[in-house]
Amino acid sequence: MESIQENAKEIRKSIYRIAHHAGGGHMGAAFSAADIISVLYFDDVLHYDPQNPEWEDRDYFILSKGHASYALYAALAKAGFFPEEELLSVGQPGSRFGGHPKIHEIPGVEASTGALGHGLSFGIGISYANKIDGKANHTYVVLGDGECQEGSVWEGALSAPTLELDNLTAIIDHNKLQGMDNVENIVHLKPFGDKWRSFGWNVLEIDGHNYHEIKKALLTRMDTKPTLIIANTIKGKGVSFMEGVPIWHYRMPNQQELPVLMTELGLTEKDLA
Amino acid sequence: MRTAYLDTLYELAQKDKRVFALLADNGIIVYDKYQKSFPNQYLNLGISEANMVAVAAGMANQGKIPFAYTIGVFLAFRALEFIRNDVCLQNQNVKLIGTGAGMIYSELGPTHHATEDLGGLRALPNLQIITPASPMEVRKAAFAAYEHVGPVYLRLGTNREPEIYMEDYDFQIGKAVTVREGNDLTIVGMGTVLPDILEVADQIKEDGIGIRVINMHTIKPLDQEVLIKAVEETGKIITVEDHNIIGGLGSAVSEVIAEYGKAVRFKRLGLREFSHGYGTYEEVKNQNGIGQACLKEAIQIVMK
Repeated sequence: MESIQENAKEIRKSIYRIAHHAGGGHMGAAFSAADIISVLYFDDVLHYDPQNPEWEDRDYFILSKGHASYALYAALAKAGFFPEEELLSVGQPGSRFGGHPKIHEIPGVEASTGALGHGLSFGIGISYANKIDGKANHTYVVLGDGECQEGSVWEGALSAPTLELDNLTAIIDHNKLQGMDNVENIVHLKPFGDKWRSFGWNVLEIDGHNYHEIKKALLTRMDTKPTLIIANTIKGKGVSFMEGVPIWHYRMPNQQELPVLMTELGLTEKDLA
Repeated sequence: MRTAYLDTLYELAQKDKRVFALLADNGIIVYDKYQKSFPNQYLNLGISEANMVAVAAGMANQGKIPFAYTIGVFLAFRALEFIRNDVCLQNQNVKLIGTGAGMIYSELGPTHHATEDLGGLRALPNLQIITPASPMEVRKAAFAAYEHVGPVYLRLGTNREPEIYMEDYDFQIGKAVTVREGNDLTIVGMGTVLPDILEVADQIKEDGIGIRVINMHTIKPLDQEVLIKAVEETGKIITVEDHNIIGGLGSAVSEVIAEYGKAVRFKRLGLREFSHGYGTYEEVKNQNGIGQACLKEAIQIVMK
């Protein structure tokens, strides 16, 4: 069995392969969430069955920041929901894979996301229905930090503790960057953890690239409270020239940058052929 | 209509434990009996329409049948993108119940008037839209919405509407009801203006003009057949709606007539601006160009 480190490395490779064939994509966001998603799928956190994606006892993972779709696609392929080679068709005519994930069309995708500020409340609906039915499934929602500028996120932030959803974990991929600039330069989120804490969440703040910390946080439960993990991450993590640079929200490497990226991710010419 | 709706919801909740009432803090007193009887099928999420709609979609995803209820204009506009992406795009089995159709909350003013909701919602794929005209029709529509697997928007009035049906009839989503026969002119209406149309049609009948009245209770999918028949048999059509003339019933009917390609005398009666003025529903309808007097005038123009 591969280690979580190896799995995460493969996910990052796969993210770039998808972008390479698609000719674009939100790579920075996908790299920043890659470790969180890897731990969810490959370190005994999420319960799922790729042979039976609709398995009733599965846990639910909702990528509210749907633009990080390549990380989700890569994880689902690696988990066996569909062949990885199919991902080389992303964004092309006839493909079921686009820039943002779609429920019903892609096995393992639990919500159609892309417009920000939807996933938390959708996840609350799932958690609440499961809770009142006495089911043990857990729901995980990954949000972006920029996404928390959407008012609807805070409607959900009020609802989940009110409903005592201890079967819900929201993870904020806190990479401190959004489309145009540093998040804090645009809208102040600080004190970010305190905001959620004061709303009634069980708040954990972790290094979002430390596998041990991620796993421990994802498995944390507190009776009658939903858990909110602020995962401190680096946008573009894994590719030195992308890390923490806003322009990599949506951009492809040029001829000088590509060899650096390939070396750092461990990609060969054959991988990109 | 509200009482008829709540009575029907009560029956549905009794019959099917998946039925679930979601509220955005609208419905004091009217939900009391329901809440007492079905505390486990009831949740007031607070004043958060977007959240309510997305939560409804998530619950529907788990097999519940949520009936998400609030004032129509808040539902249709505050939560529009949530209706679009979480409910319609994902084809979730959510019933959206908007109260206060058009200007029926006459004294509350334009912030509380659902006078463009259909314009926003009619373009959404997978969504069926029903605008019942009477308490009996509300009951039938609520049952039909429950039986239909997929998103439905039910556009309700309030509690002041008279019954327009003399006897029981067969309600089907997408099948208009001809409530008066006549071959000189057709009036197509929906929802809370139906009683006005019938009153005017009955008065004018005495002058020897035979008016066909069609209750287009389902605005999506639209009954095209009944309209084409009206084009062929009456040649003159007026639409009446408590809604802007853009995007609602008049627009929907004109699309069918235009594509059918046969010229008719045609007039849309509806709002052209935001609603203005206060008073009783009758008074506000008159002030905004959709009252009985306006309809009589429109009939004269079309009959000339």
